[in-house]
Amino acid sequence: MKLCRVIGPVVATAKHKAYAGRKLLSVQPVDEHGAATGSSFLAVDDVQAGPGDVVLVMQEGNGVRQLLKMGSQVPIRSLIVGIVDRVTVSA
Amino acid sequence: MNLGRVIGTVVATQKYEGLQGKKFLLVQPLDHALRVAGDPLVAVDTVQAGKGELIYFVNSREAALALEPFFVPVDAAIVGIVDDVAPETAQPLADVFSSAKTGGAL
Repeated sequence: MKLCRVIGPVVATAKHKAYAGRKLLSVQPVDEHGAATGSSFLAVDDVQAGPGDVVLVMQEGNGVRQLLKMGSQVPIRSLIVGIVDRVTVSA
Repeated sequence: MNLGRVIGTVVATQKYEGLQGKKFLLVQPLDHALRVAGDPLVAVDTVQAGKGELIYFVNSREAALALEPFFVPVDAAIVGIVDDVAPETAQPLADVFSSAKTGGAL
């Protein structure tokens, strides 16, 4: 999974049916110290994350399909699977 | 998934038969602040996106799953037309990172 910081919601009314009723958030990958690394991307939120939260993002479709239990016709690849409380980098 | 801007159309008459009848659009990937994030790519359209529209797309195998009947040989599919992208707000650096650098993050 990737450590990311939630930036904020992305609203889209016209969308593929698998995204209906699902919250979409833009997330910024961060390193182990919280510094931004790489470009932001989008992830479906399943854990009620909000702006500023540090989250765990899974970026693999098979895992997403198993978690969302919506069958195989699910074009979703990034899913927020946890809100991080603490990251400790051992020296 | 990633944000993108539709910057053009792509027409290919000779192609794999699974791609017949599919609309191809040229997409410039963007980040949340609508800055360029990567090279333009060709994505199949599943939501009737138009030129200039802000969209989001999915890539790799999940793109093929966006089409009926799947499995069509595509690795990028536009799956939503974006109405709004929340701007970045200055967030206090959560004390999640125990050895957080001062002033790091955004």
